[in-house]
Amino acid sequence: MNKELRARWRRTWALMLKETRQLRRDPSSIGLGVLLPVMLVLLFGYGLSLDIRLAPVAIVLEAPTPAAVELAAGFELSPYFKTTVVTAMPEALALLERRQVNGIIRVPIDFTTRLEQGGAPVQILTHGVDANTARLLQGYAEGAISQWAQRRQGEGQTVGYGPVTLQTRLWFNEANDSHYFLVPGLIVLVMTLIGAFLTSLVMAREWERGNLEALFVTPVRVSEIIIGKTMPYFGLGLTGLTLCLLSSKFLFGVPFRGSVTVVGLISMLYLWVCLGMGLYISSAVRNQFVACQLAVLTTFLPALMLSGFIFDLRSMPWWLNMLTRLLPARYYVELLQTLFLAGDVWAVIWPDTLILSGMAVFFLWRAAAVTRKSLE
Amino acid sequence: MAAGEAAPLAVSGVKLCKTFITKSHSVQALRDVDISLPAGSLTALAGPDGAGKTTLMRLLTGLYAADSGELTVLGLDAKRQTQALQTRIAYMPQRFGLYEDLSVQENLDLYADMHGVPAVERPARYAELMEMTDLSKFLGRLAGRLSGGMKQKLGLACALVRWPELLLLDEPTVGVDPLSRRELWQIIRRLVAQQGITVLVSTAYLDEAEHCRQAIVLAEGRVLAACAPQELSRAAAGKVFLLTPPPGQAARNLQARLLDRPTVADALPQGAGVRVTLRQPLADPADAPWPAQTQWQAAVPNFEDGFMLLTSAAEPRLPPVLVLHHDGRAPPAAAGEIVIEVRDLVRRFGDFVAVNHVSFQVRRGEIFGLLGPNGAGKTTTFRMLCGLLAASSGELRVLGQDLRFARAASRRRIGYVAQKFALYGELSVRENLEFFASAYGLRGGRRRERLHWAIEQFELSVMLDVPSGRLPGGYRQRLAMAAALMHEPEVLFLDEPTSGADPRARREFWRRITDLSDQGVTVIVTTHFMEEAEYCDRALIQDGGRILAQGAPAEIRRLGARPDGGAPTMENAFISIVSQARLHE
Amino acid sequence: MWAMCLRVWALTIKEWLAVLKDKRSRLSLIMPPLVQCLIYGYAATYDLNHIPYAWLDNDRGAASQALYAKFAGSGVFDLRATPPNAEQARRLISEREALLIVQIETDFQRHLELGEPAAVQVIADGRNSNTAAAATAYASAIVDQFNVEWRAAHGAPPPPLQVFSRSWYNPNLETRWYMAPSMIATLSLVQTMMLTALSVAREREQGTFDQLLVTPYSANEIMLGKALPAMFIGLGQASLVVVVAQLWFHIPFAGSYLTLYAGLSAFMLAAVGAGLLISAFSATMQQAMLYTFFLLMPFMLLSGLTTPIGNMPESLQYLTLMNPLRFALTLVQRVYLEGADLALLRPYFMPLLIIGALSLSGAALLFRYRLN
Repeated sequence: MNKELRARWRRTWALMLKETRQLRRDPSSIGLGVLLPVMLVLLFGYGLSLDIRLAPVAIVLEAPTPAAVELAAGFELSPYFKTTVVTAMPEALALLERRQVNGIIRVPIDFTTRLEQGGAPVQILTHGVDANTARLLQGYAEGAISQWAQRRQGEGQTVGYGPVTLQTRLWFNEANDSHYFLVPGLIVLVMTLIGAFLTSLVMAREWERGNLEALFVTPVRVSEIIIGKTMPYFGLGLTGLTLCLLSSKFLFGVPFRGSVTVVGLISMLYLWVCLGMGLYISSAVRNQFVACQLAVLTTFLPALMLSGFIFDLRSMPWWLNMLTRLLPARYYVELLQTLFLAGDVWAVIWPDTLILSGMAVFFLWRAAAVTRKSLE
Repeated sequence: MAAGEAAPLAVSGVKLCKTFITKSHSVQALRDVDISLPAGSLTALAGPDGAGKTTLMRLLTGLYAADSGELTVLGLDAKRQTQALQTRIAYMPQRFGLYEDLSVQENLDLYADMHGVPAVERPARYAELMEMTDLSKFLGRLAGRLSGGMKQKLGLACALVRWPELLLLDEPTVGVDPLSRRELWQIIRRLVAQQGITVLVSTAYLDEAEHCRQAIVLAEGRVLAACAPQELSRAAAGKVFLLTPPPGQAARNLQARLLDRPTVADALPQGAGVRVTLRQPLADPADAPWPAQTQWQAAVPNFEDGFMLLTSAAEPRLPPVLVLHHDGRAPPAAAGEIVIEVRDLVRRFGDFVAVNHVSFQVRRGEIFGLLGPNGAGKTTTFRMLCGLLAASSGELRVLGQDLRFARAASRRRIGYVAQKFALYGELSVRENLEFFASAYGLRGGRRRERLHWAIEQFELSVMLDVPSGRLPGGYRQRLAMAAALMHEPEVLFLDEPTSGADPRARREFWRRITDLSDQGVTVIVTTHFMEEAEYCDRALIQDGGRILAQGAPAEIRRLGARPDGGAPTMENAFISIVSQARLHE
Repeated sequence: MWAMCLRVWALTIKEWLAVLKDKRSRLSLIMPPLVQCLIYGYAATYDLNHIPYAWLDNDRGAASQALYAKFAGSGVFDLRATPPNAEQARRLISEREALLIVQIETDFQRHLELGEPAAVQVIADGRNSNTAAAATAYASAIVDQFNVEWRAAHGAPPPPLQVFSRSWYNPNLETRWYMAPSMIATLSLVQTMMLTALSVAREREQGTFDQLLVTPYSANEIMLGKALPAMFIGLGQASLVVVVAQLWFHIPFAGSYLTLYAGLSAFMLAAVGAGLLISAFSATMQQAMLYTFFLLMPFMLLSGLTTPIGNMPESLQYLTLMNPLRFALTLVQRVYLEGADLALLRPYFMPLLIIGALSLSGAALLFRYRLN
């Protein structure tokens, strides 16, 4: 029996070696496994941001009274806005039309006089096509105006803007930096890409090239083929993970509040889920083109759009929310965001880990079940 | 082992049936097939395309399970004890199973690991395999970069990393040149003789079956014969004759005419004459189907004669004569003018010289053959002629032009049939024809006429709406020819058109080619079947990029004459020319 | 010339048939865009409809009850718990039970009655800072409304300032209004590029490319024959999304269809150019697929679809000038939502045409280079 075990191990090892060699010799796999993650890390880390910084706005000062100028100065000094001061509305509208500004803050001609009586109007007009940006801009603009009002109140000039004032605090992300949630999401994308997308091609490729027919008529077992196929990609996935973790810490300064061990273990678990999905797709369709399209449609795009990574799950209708519960990426995103920003919150970790383990077992079992040593 | 002491059987199958069911129809691949292979025997599995050879092989490996019947392989139930079975046999599928992005050594190591060959035994084992296959120079080369023959040998080496009890080889010699073929067979025979391995080989080359102790002939899923090959040859005794055509008549024309006679089972050009197999022994010479003035003599029947006799009974008649021009237009005048001229043609890939100062001419109406071992540079030459590849230096004229720079008008004068079936598989037969008609600029009434002509001449009407990817082999070949001939080209290029085709389909194909040549079409053809060089007016033999011999088949045969003065077959001549040239290097 | 047109037409028909003949591949052209358009129409939104929150009231006065009633009646806020202390409230957030805690301090009522500013603390889960920002904005709007009503009820003078916020082209600031028109361009890009990139690679792999090359077709004619059907299919898919956006999501179409299709055609030209460029580079289908994927990723991420281009660093913003999707997105949005006319759209048309011309001629050059 011991001898049989040794033989099994040797076969598995040989298959792993073979797969690694093939991986190394195929420039497109290297590209997808290494270059694409690097590109994504750089894009997400440096390029993409949902935060408003220096948003172009036009301020219409219809009468440059001291109070109005002071209000405008509040905008000019704010890190959120890049202001263009104009004197008449049509001018500002033209700017908006040409998309040179995203919003207009109009301080009307009777602003100062009405300020004394109360109810001085300030108009905020945003370009609403990009609704999210518009909403954020609107919020920041209202904030800037109310800050100005509070400052004036503090100086004893006029009665309060309140009475109830809102003090907001953002937990886990005090700096209100969107990188804090985009970078953990990026790890999900990279893991999905390597785990599911690359492996979706491997079995199909061997079916297409007819390699399996010869391989089947040897003492090899299906479980050995599957392990031999997945391990190299598992290694590649871990490399990608290390790359992402290091860059998130040292390049982008995302705080890391959970324990590295837990993140590592959970990422490996997720990688197994992805490998299982990729292999399952690949063995089931046996055609590279179809497998690749299926992998993108069922793993990568959902990981991007439906995992709660960019678009919050709480924004989705209930039926869609239920649907996302079938997606492994959803749980991984939740876990990573928690582990990065909140710490080891076991009430989140346990249930999600359990579900992911179940999915890993299911997909690997399915992959093994559809790969039989038979051509029928 | 399970079988009795007197005749231990490595394989015994009784009443094996296998049916494949797809959405639209079901195919009975095997019907009540009985098979028994004595241990330590060499058996050939022959039969036309689609006879069920590969299906039977796969049943023996446990890759398919039989629908009914009993199959015992090495004493194991092939259906249930698959895993145990697969550790004791070796199998080389038609598409090797080599990993093309691994080197020769890495492929060997992989299979050695799969079969659990201990590390201490490997050096000796590899040395043996390398000596056998002569691959030691290429150990570091990627398998994908090997020539077809070397790939086959490597595939065989991988299957033999340990001596199996049963070796199954599925068409190991398809696409392999005669030299490599001969080497492969030497290896196989040695295995049987020295190691006592049971071997089953399926093949489309019927002369190969003669080396075997037993031959099984399959057709349409049934066993037509299972006996010693000599027995099948004997069945043709008294029915085979060698004819010498009257002066002035080409052998291939006589052969083509004979094929139409109902009493003729088979005819093919051989040497300067024609070999004919009759359905019945010739009782009275006056009943002979050949013209009276023909000289004839009885010949010793071989396996192929017996095979053709056996299978021709079931097969449909050959198609009628192919007429290229539907309107009965006369062939273009000025026959004999030079249509293709190649001078000092060279093609390099990096340091490697694939084609080395090649020159030849082809005249209108000739059938010109490009022969050579795998990797000799004939495909490269061919691709340059068609304008698919640039020449490094030298001159090249097809119909007075280099096709690479030719305008649409001159490309309209050539036709091309690729090695692999290269029509659009998802389109139906009709749609493929319509597309190529438009591609060659046919329109209006002429387009309709030519489409009609193609469907008529190539008997495609029953398959018109079938996606061409799902056509049976014979129909594909015909469709490819039809698509290449609709625009009535003056020159037709054919790249290994008969590779992997069964004897019957090959006869049919050459029959059409000779018809075309008679109508003034110039044909350039590459082939691995040396007997087919006999159909050519002239041929050239290439090896290592250079021309070794050029001329009419008879001249080439003379060049390769054996020292003992015996008349060589085309294949023997080829082998002796190539091996002599290699010796001189 | 006429002969050439006929030849190209034949090739177009052939490509068309090859794609549309098989029921499965027909479905694969229609279903993915349709399903994605529907799912992402619901999923790709930053709008919050249900904000799970916890109410921590340390005051328990009439005023805090009134404020609570406002939250409860908003229809957006969804009460999950009323934790007794800050410790428990904190746990609700870290365990993702609640997105927001509204915390009322002990002397809330007293401050209000004295006319002093009374603070309400809102603590949000910042793990997704974008969601958190949106949620606090909703809370702030509720508080503002509460203030107005409180002042009116207690005879306080109106606040010195009144802020009127309005948004053009998308009055309710629905993300879907932004996403659905964006998908018109994005979804058609994916398949158009994939189809063109693969069509040549497939012919190479199946050996039909040689067959095509020995026919009277020139390299340019082959390219044209490959480009046209892909463009038509892309336009077809775009139309599908236009229909869904209007009939299913009821997003009003403000512009002219002529302008929209002119813009989409220019975009398809650029997309097909990119696809052909890939196909000129790749020898196998696998390579073509991977390269397409390689190009699609930055195209999508740097288009402004998920994150605004204005937020990117300047160097990256220059890079987006090579991205056809960037221009197409804005173009389609402006036609669809704003009803912009051709004159206004010039700055988007020109880059698309330039990218298309450059990539197509690049592909043509490469094709001829590879053939020679």
